[in-house]
Amino acid sequence: MIAVLPTLSPEVLIAALSVFVLSIFLGFELISKVPPTLHTPLMSGANAISGITIVGALVAANVAMEGGRSSLAAGIGVLALALATINVVGGFLVTGRMLAMFKKKER
Amino acid sequence: MDQITHLADLGYLVAAALFILGIKGLGSPRTAVRGNQLGAAGMFLAVLITVVQMQAEAGEGGVQWGLVALGLAAGGAVGLLMAKRVEMTGMPELVALLNGFGGAASSLVGLAELVRLAPEMTAADGDPAAGYALWRAVFLIGVGASSLIGWTTLTGSVVAMLKLSGKWNDKLGLPGGNAAKAVLLAGAVVSAGMLFGDPASTTWLVALTVTSCLLGVAFVAPIGGADMPVVISFLNSLSGVAASATGFVVGNNALIISGSLVGAAGLILTGIMCKAMNRPFKDVMFKAYGAAAGSSGSGEKRSARGYEADEAAMTFDGARLVIVVPGYGMAVSQAQHVVREIADELEAKGTEVRYAIHPVAGRMPGHMNVLLAEANVPYDKLYELDDINSAFSECDVALVVGANDTVNPAAHTDPTGPLGGMPILDVEKARTTIIVKRSLSPGYAGVDNDLFYRSSTMMLFGDGKKKLTELLSSVKEL
Repeated sequence: MIAVLPTLSPEVLIAALSVFVLSIFLGFELISKVPPTLHTPLMSGANAISGITIVGALVAANVAMEGGRSSLAAGIGVLALALATINVVGGFLVTGRMLAMFKKKER
Repeated sequence: MDQITHLADLGYLVAAALFILGIKGLGSPRTAVRGNQLGAAGMFLAVLITVVQMQAEAGEGGVQWGLVALGLAAGGAVGLLMAKRVEMTGMPELVALLNGFGGAASSLVGLAELVRLAPEMTAADGDPAAGYALWRAVFLIGVGASSLIGWTTLTGSVVAMLKLSGKWNDKLGLPGGNAAKAVLLAGAVVSAGMLFGDPASTTWLVALTVTSCLLGVAFVAPIGGADMPVVISFLNSLSGVAASATGFVVGNNALIISGSLVGAAGLILTGIMCKAMNRPFKDVMFKAYGAAAGSSGSGEKRSARGYEADEAAMTFDGARLVIVVPGYGMAVSQAQHVVREIADELEAKGTEVRYAIHPVAGRMPGHMNVLLAEANVPYDKLYELDDINSAFSECDVALVVGANDTVNPAAHTDPTGPLGGMPILDVEKARTTIIVKRSLSPGYAGVDNDLFYRSSTMMLFGDGKKKLTELLSSVKEL
């Protein structure tokens, strides 16, 4: 089975690059001043969000295991999916746990 | 089929907006919980869209649900266990490890895509269709970048985690210092370049992976404990950049947006940490502290008198204001609960207790805040450096628990020394300073602390938790 390779037009690439650059600027503007109490939760929460790579991992794991190369790709994909899921689930839960602890104190 | 893709892209846009709101929320105490929930909701949406799209676009073989479920279940179970089991004292290690996993996952996605598509690319290179060359270039640059950054993040994070848990032998590490880092980086870039020429080359793929992994070790191995807050926030940033690069590989804007957001947020935190130490980022990465400060410890040996807990407890008698200054030593001996009990006891006697938190106290950004919150210390008693420094001259006792460099007056008196110009907590202005510490050994910067030898200072030598427990029982007898 020969997969049809993707193509890319300059318009789509320029749009993606625009999104990339603007997101970086947005990221710098979003959290210019963070109180120290939130340094750790911000870091673990941001880390969980960087687990968005789970979307790519889902697609990568969805490869029919036939023949040498594609079973290798599927194996790598499943490993990627497991790591990304740890990142997402662990990251959001642990951030929630820390924030609950802070919240309890405010009363 | 096109319609499905467009709908999915719109859904990803909603997810990206949720991530933006999530990160913004996490930056302010009142909205942090909501921010975390919005982020999680965005992630759930993104996964849902992908799964639905996979089903809708499945070829004759259908979706490999077995493989997908295997990855999700294994990762979900491990993530759940890690998040539930971790002690607050183990938080720096966990955050470091999760950063590493994020980086590795991004690398692996790029790798899986390359392995899957390389044979067809070799065929297509001979007879390129319109738009193929541009896709090929973006794809391969993306794979190179996500491998380089992702693997560096993984091994760097694992070394950081081992260092934080005290399992790293400092003699380990790569010889050659900064030259080795340059060679490894060049090696990784060259390997990525060769892969660009021949995507099916296993040799260059392995070379890229190995050099990138070694680069992470070479970077983090020489960096010492007190610089860890900088390193961890930088690795956090890198895990985002790796996800962004993977976004170009798989052509998904959600990855590009969220990855760059996290990259920028991590860099901001890195900047805050560097500023708090008055150390430029390049010094943290390229100049180990010990080397520069080797001479300062070798002067005359001074000795400081050690006191007993009951002597120290007397100074609390009738005190109006006591300021607690926690450091990494409090985390190591898990003394945060005893600290709070002493504070409770003092408050019952009418003494005001405040906590002075140095931004780089501990081993990760916000480390002390997490520990004190775990010990139920009220949030409003924690003061930042700028807000508390004027109060030291009015305070009767400053209780320093396992902190050293962050209270070292050498930052003021020796402006050209390793600590020169670093903002410190002005503990020296307190009427009496009680320092709980294991020994007189200099802190991470290798600078002797003059504070230990002053007549207004009482040293309590020993394990933080043990000494503070003694202090607590003495305070109760007052």
